[in-house]
Amino acid sequence: MNRGKTGVLSDATTLAWLILVVATGLGWWLGQTGQASTRGAALATSGVIIVAFLKVWIVAFQFMELRYAPRWLRHAFDAWIIVICLAILVICLR
Amino acid sequence: MLDGVSEARGEAALSSSDTARTNPARNHIPGEIGIWLFVAGDLLVFAVFFIVIALGHVQQPEVFAQGRALLNMWVGVLNTLLLLTGSWFVAIGVDKCRTTSKPVGSHYFALAILCGVAFAANKTFEWGGKISAGFTPATNDFYMYFFIFTGIHLLHVIVGIGVLLLVRSVSRRPALARRDIATMESGATFWHLVDLLWIVLFALFYLL
Repeated sequence: MNRGKTGVLSDATTLAWLILVVATGLGWWLGQTGQASTRGAALATSGVIIVAFLKVWIVAFQFMELRYAPRWLRHAFDAWIIVICLAILVICLR
Repeated sequence: MLDGVSEARGEAALSSSDTARTNPARNHIPGEIGIWLFVAGDLLVFAVFFIVIALGHVQQPEVFAQGRALLNMWVGVLNTLLLLTGSWFVAIGVDKCRTTSKPVGSHYFALAILCGVAFAANKTFEWGGKISAGFTPATNDFYMYFFIFTGIHLLHVIVGIGVLLLVRSVSRRPALARRDIATMESGATFWHLVDLLWIVLFALFYLL
Protein backbone atom coordinates (compact mmCIF):
# COMPACT_ATOMS: atom_id res chain seq x y z
CA MET A 1 0.00 0.00 0.00
CA ASN A 2 2.79 2.35 0.83
CA ARG A 3 4.61 1.53 -2.38
CA GLY A 4 2.37 3.80 -4.41
CA LYS A 5 3.34 6.73 -2.24
CA THR A 6 7.07 6.33 -2.44
CA GLY A 7 7.46 7.01 -6.14
CA VAL A 8 9.48 5.00 -8.63
CA LEU A 9 12.85 6.15 -7.29
CA SER A 10 12.93 3.50 -4.57
CA ASP A 11 12.34 0.65 -7.01
CA ALA A 12 15.14 1.80 -9.33
CA THR A 13 17.31 2.46 -6.28
CA THR A 14 16.75 -1.06 -4.96
CA LEU A 15 17.51 -2.53 -8.39
CA ALA A 16 20.74 -0.47 -8.47
CA TRP A 17 21.70 -1.78 -5.01
CA LEU A 18 21.08 -5.38 -6.14
CA ILE A 19 23.22 -4.91 -9.25
CA LEU A 20 25.97 -3.34 -7.11
CA VAL A 21 25.95 -6.32 -4.71
CA VAL A 22 26.08 -8.82 -7.60
CA ALA A 23 28.86 -6.77 -9.24
CA THR A 24 30.81 -6.89 -5.96
CA GLY A 25 30.59 -10.70 -6.11
CA LEU A 26 31.68 -10.64 -9.76
CA GLY A 27 34.64 -8.38 -8.92
CA TRP A 28 35.64 -10.72 -6.08
CA TRP A 29 35.46 -13.75 -8.42
CA LEU A 30 37.52 -11.97 -11.12
CA GLY A 31 40.08 -10.96 -8.49
CA GLN A 32 40.39 -14.55 -7.21
CA THR A 33 40.71 -15.85 -10.78
CA GLY A 34 43.38 -13.31 -11.69
CA GLN A 35 45.39 -13.96 -8.54
CA ALA A 36 45.22 -17.77 -8.86
CA SER A 37 46.73 -18.11 -12.31
CA THR A 38 48.91 -16.22 -14.76
CA ARG A 39 46.85 -17.36 -17.74
CA GLY A 40 44.01 -14.94 -18.26
CA ALA A 41 45.38 -12.67 -15.54
CA ALA A 42 45.29 -9.62 -17.81
CA LEU A 43 41.68 -10.33 -18.67
CA ALA A 44 40.78 -10.73 -15.00
CA THR A 45 42.63 -7.49 -14.11
CA SER A 46 40.73 -5.63 -16.83
CA GLY A 47 37.51 -7.16 -15.54
CA VAL A 48 38.18 -6.05 -11.94
CA ILE A 49 38.88 -2.46 -13.06
CA ILE A 50 35.95 -2.21 -15.48
CA VAL A 51 33.49 -3.73 -12.97
CA ALA A 52 34.69 -1.27 -10.30
CA PHE A 53 34.11 1.76 -12.55
CA LEU A 54 30.74 0.42 -13.73
CA LYS A 55 29.78 0.28 -10.04
CA VAL A 56 31.00 3.87 -9.64
CA TRP A 57 28.81 4.88 -12.58
CA ILE A 58 25.73 3.19 -11.08
CA VAL A 59 26.31 4.95 -7.73
CA ALA A 60 26.63 8.29 -9.55
CA PHE A 61 23.72 7.78 -11.95
CA GLN A 62 21.16 6.37 -9.52
CA PHE A 63 22.21 7.15 -5.93
CA MET A 64 23.72 10.60 -6.61
CA GLU A 65 20.75 11.29 -8.90
CA LEU A 66 22.86 12.33 -11.86
CA ARG A 67 20.11 10.78 -14.00
CA TYR A 68 18.09 13.91 -13.19
CA ALA A 69 21.03 16.32 -13.34
CA PRO A 70 21.82 18.77 -16.16
CA ARG A 71 23.70 17.19 -19.04
CA TRP A 72 26.95 19.11 -18.35
CA LEU A 73 27.19 17.69 -14.83
CA ARG A 74 26.39 14.14 -15.94
CA HIS A 75 28.88 14.30 -18.77
CA ALA A 76 31.61 15.79 -16.58
CA PHE A 77 31.17 12.89 -14.17
CA ASP A 78 31.11 10.33 -17.00
CA ALA A 79 34.29 11.88 -18.41
CA TRP A 80 36.05 11.47 -15.03
CA ILE A 81 34.98 7.82 -14.85
CA ILE A 82 36.12 7.02 -18.42
CA VAL A 83 39.46 8.88 -18.17
CA ILE A 84 40.48 7.38 -14.80
CA CYS A 85 39.28 3.88 -15.75
CA LEU A 86 41.27 4.01 -19.02
CA ALA A 87 44.34 5.44 -17.26
CA ILE A 88 44.36 2.61 -14.70
CA LEU A 89 43.76 0.00 -17.44
CA VAL A 90 46.70 1.36 -19.48
CA ILE A 91 48.98 1.43 -16.42
CA CYS A 92 48.08 -2.11 -15.30
CA LEU A 93 48.15 -3.75 -18.74
CA ARG A 94 51.15 -2.18 -20.42
CA MET B 1 7.96 27.44 -6.46
CA LEU B 2 9.71 24.57 -8.16
CA ASP B 3 12.12 25.18 -10.99
CA GLY B 4 12.07 22.95 -14.09
CA VAL B 5 9.33 20.50 -14.90
CA SER B 6 8.11 18.90 -11.70
CA GLU B 7 7.94 15.12 -11.74
CA ALA B 8 5.87 14.68 -8.63
CA ARG B 9 4.66 11.11 -8.61
CA GLY B 10 3.19 10.47 -5.18
CA GLU B 11 -0.17 11.33 -3.73
CA ALA B 12 1.59 12.79 -0.72
CA ALA B 13 3.58 15.06 -2.98
CA LEU B 14 0.38 16.38 -4.50
CA SER B 15 -1.21 16.91 -1.11
CA SER B 16 1.73 18.92 0.17
CA SER B 17 2.54 21.13 -2.78
CA ASP B 18 3.37 23.98 -0.39
CA THR B 19 6.40 22.05 0.79
CA ALA B 20 9.29 20.55 -1.14
CA ARG B 21 8.11 16.95 -0.85
CA THR B 22 8.31 16.04 -4.51
CA ASN B 23 10.56 13.91 -6.66
CA PRO B 24 13.44 15.67 -8.42
CA ALA B 25 12.75 17.63 -11.57
CA ARG B 26 14.70 17.21 -14.78
CA ASN B 27 17.86 19.32 -14.91
CA HIS B 28 17.91 19.32 -11.15
CA ILE B 29 21.30 19.59 -9.47
CA PRO B 30 20.98 17.57 -6.25
CA GLY B 31 21.82 19.69 -3.23
CA GLU B 32 23.78 22.93 -3.33
CA ILE B 33 26.36 23.77 -5.99
CA GLY B 34 29.04 23.98 -3.27
CA ILE B 35 28.87 20.24 -2.57
CA TRP B 36 29.52 19.54 -6.26
CA LEU B 37 32.60 21.77 -6.21
CA PHE B 38 33.80 19.71 -3.25
CA VAL B 39 32.96 16.46 -5.10
CA ALA B 40 34.93 17.66 -8.14
CA GLY B 41 37.96 18.55 -6.00
CA ASP B 42 37.83 15.25 -4.13
CA LEU B 43 37.49 13.26 -7.36
CA LEU B 44 40.61 14.95 -8.75
CA VAL B 45 42.60 14.28 -5.56
CA PHE B 46 41.52 10.63 -5.40
CA ALA B 47 42.23 10.22 -9.12
CA VAL B 48 45.87 10.94 -8.26
CA PHE B 49 45.71 8.41 -5.40
CA PHE B 50 44.26 5.75 -7.72
CA ILE B 51 46.98 6.33 -10.33
CA VAL B 52 49.70 6.17 -7.65
CA ILE B 53 48.36 2.80 -6.38
CA ALA B 54 48.10 1.42 -9.94
CA LEU B 55 51.69 2.51 -10.65
CA GLY B 56 52.78 0.76 -7.44
CA HIS B 57 51.23 -2.49 -8.70
CA VAL B 58 53.27 -2.25 -11.91
CA GLN B 59 56.54 -0.99 -10.42
CA GLN B 60 56.64 -3.36 -7.41
CA PRO B 61 54.49 -6.34 -8.44
CA GLU B 62 55.90 -8.75 -5.80
CA VAL B 63 55.61 -6.32 -2.89
CA PHE B 64 52.03 -5.48 -3.87
CA ALA B 65 51.02 -9.13 -4.49
CA GLN B 66 52.40 -10.14 -1.08
CA GLY B 67 50.78 -7.20 0.65
CA ARG B 68 47.42 -7.89 -0.96
CA ALA B 69 47.63 -11.63 -0.17
CA LEU B 70 47.92 -10.76 3.54
CA LEU B 71 44.81 -8.57 3.52
CA ASN B 72 41.59 -10.26 4.59
CA MET B 73 39.41 -10.20 1.49
CA TRP B 74 36.24 -10.69 3.53
CA VAL B 75 36.90 -7.54 5.56
CA GLY B 76 37.04 -5.63 2.27
CA VAL B 77 33.94 -7.33 0.86
CA LEU B 78 32.00 -6.71 4.09
CA ASN B 79 33.03 -3.03 4.11
CA THR B 80 31.99 -2.67 0.47
CA LEU B 81 28.57 -4.19 1.20
CA LEU B 82 28.18 -1.93 4.26
CA LEU B 83 28.81 1.23 2.23
CA LEU B 84 26.64 0.09 -0.71
CA THR B 85 23.81 -0.68 1.69
CA GLY B 86 24.35 2.61 3.52
CA SER B 87 24.07 4.47 0.20
CA TRP B 88 20.92 2.53 -0.62
CA PHE B 89 19.36 3.58 2.71
CA VAL B 90 20.36 7.22 2.14
CA ALA B 91 18.90 7.25 -1.39
CA ILE B 92 15.62 5.77 -0.13
CA GLY B 93 15.61 8.18 2.82
CA VAL B 94 15.93 11.23 0.54
CA ASP B 95 13.22 9.81 -1.72
CA LYS B 96 10.86 9.24 1.22
CA CYS B 97 11.43 12.80 2.49
CA ARG B 98 10.48 14.18 -0.93
CA THR B 99 7.47 11.96 -1.57
CA THR B 100 5.77 11.30 1.76
CA SER B 101 4.64 13.69 4.44
CA LYS B 102 5.52 11.29 7.27
CA PRO B 103 9.04 11.63 8.70
CA VAL B 104 9.96 8.01 7.83
CA GLY B 105 13.09 9.16 5.99
CA SER B 106 14.91 9.62 9.29
CA HIS B 107 14.74 5.84 9.97
CA TYR B 108 16.62 5.16 6.75
CA PHE B 109 19.26 7.76 7.63
CA ALA B 110 19.66 6.07 11.04
CA LEU B 111 20.24 2.71 9.30
CA ALA B 112 22.81 4.34 7.00
CA ILE B 113 24.60 5.81 10.04
CA LEU B 114 24.77 2.29 11.52
CA CYS B 115 26.35 1.05 8.27
CA GLY B 116 28.93 3.85 8.49
CA VAL B 117 29.74 3.06 12.13
CA ALA B 118 30.08 -0.66 11.30
CA PHE B 119 32.44 0.24 8.44
CA ALA B 120 34.61 2.37 10.73
CA ALA B 121 34.66 -0.36 13.42
CA ASN B 122 35.56 -3.04 10.88
CA LYS B 123 38.32 -0.84 9.44
CA THR B 124 39.71 -0.17 12.91
CA PHE B 125 39.84 -3.93 13.69
CA GLU B 126 41.53 -4.55 10.33
CA TRP B 127 44.16 -1.87 10.99
CA GLY B 128 44.65 -3.07 14.57
CA GLY B 129 45.20 -6.64 13.36
CA LYS B 130 47.72 -5.51 10.76
CA ILE B 131 49.65 -3.27 13.15
CA SER B 132 49.78 -5.94 15.88
CA ALA B 133 51.06 -8.41 13.26
CA GLY B 134 53.90 -6.00 12.55
CA PHE B 135 52.61 -4.35 9.36
CA THR B 136 52.83 -0.56 9.51
CA PRO B 137 53.10 2.25 6.94
CA ALA B 138 56.89 1.83 7.28
CA THR B 139 56.79 -1.86 6.20
CA ASN B 140 56.75 -1.19 2.45
CA ASP B 141 55.07 0.96 -0.20
CA PHE B 142 51.98 -1.27 -0.32
CA TYR B 143 51.27 -0.81 3.38
CA MET B 144 52.20 2.88 3.23
CA TYR B 145 49.60 3.45 0.47
CA PHE B 146 47.13 1.15 2.22
CA PHE B 147 47.26 3.02 5.54
CA ILE B 148 47.42 6.53 4.05
CA PHE B 149 44.72 6.20 1.38
CA THR B 150 42.29 4.06 3.38
CA GLY B 151 43.01 6.42 6.32
CA ILE B 152 42.02 9.48 4.28
CA HIS B 153 38.95 7.56 3.17
CA LEU B 154 38.12 6.59 6.77
CA LEU B 155 38.27 10.30 7.63
CA HIS B 156 35.65 10.83 4.91
CA VAL B 157 33.49 8.09 6.47
CA ILE B 158 33.71 9.73 9.92
CA VAL B 159 32.82 13.16 8.48
CA GLY B 160 30.04 11.43 6.51
CA ILE B 161 28.57 9.97 9.70
CA GLY B 162 28.45 13.51 11.16
CA VAL B 163 26.82 14.77 7.95
CA LEU B 164 24.21 11.99 8.11
CA LEU B 165 23.42 12.85 11.74
CA LEU B 166 22.67 16.39 10.54
CA VAL B 167 20.62 15.08 7.59
CA ARG B 168 18.65 12.85 9.98
CA SER B 169 17.82 15.75 12.28
CA VAL B 170 16.69 17.89 9.31
CA SER B 171 14.52 15.01 8.03
CA ARG B 172 12.60 14.91 11.34
CA ARG B 173 11.18 18.40 10.84
CA PRO B 174 7.39 18.27 10.37
CA ALA B 175 7.43 20.39 7.20
CA LEU B 176 10.37 20.36 4.86
CA ALA B 177 11.18 23.51 2.92
CA ARG B 178 13.14 23.44 -0.36
CA ARG B 179 16.22 24.48 1.58
CA ASP B 180 15.85 21.46 3.88
CA ILE B 181 15.60 19.11 0.92
CA ALA B 182 18.68 20.75 -0.63
CA THR B 183 20.58 20.27 2.65
CA MET B 184 19.61 16.59 2.71
CA GLU B 185 20.58 16.14 -0.95
CA SER B 186 23.98 17.74 -0.30
CA GLY B 187 24.59 15.41 2.65
CA ALA B 188 23.44 12.40 0.60
CA THR B 189 25.72 13.40 -2.28
CA PHE B 190 28.70 13.49 0.09
CA TRP B 191 27.80 10.05 1.48
CA HIS B 192 27.53 8.54 -2.01
CA LEU B 193 30.92 10.06 -2.86
CA VAL B 194 32.39 8.22 0.15
CA ASP B 195 30.81 5.02 -1.20
CA LEU B 196 32.11 5.37 -4.75
CA LEU B 197 35.66 6.25 -3.67
CA TRP B 198 35.72 3.06 -1.57
CA ILE B 199 34.55 0.96 -4.54
CA VAL B 200 37.74 1.89 -6.42
CA LEU B 201 40.02 1.61 -3.35
CA PHE B 202 38.58 -1.86 -2.67
CA ALA B 203 39.33 -3.00 -6.22
CA LEU B 204 42.87 -1.56 -6.20
CA PHE B 205 43.91 -2.89 -2.77
CA TYR B 206 42.01 -6.18 -2.41
CA LEU B 207 41.22 -7.44 -5.91
CA LEU B 208 44.14 -6.61 -8.21
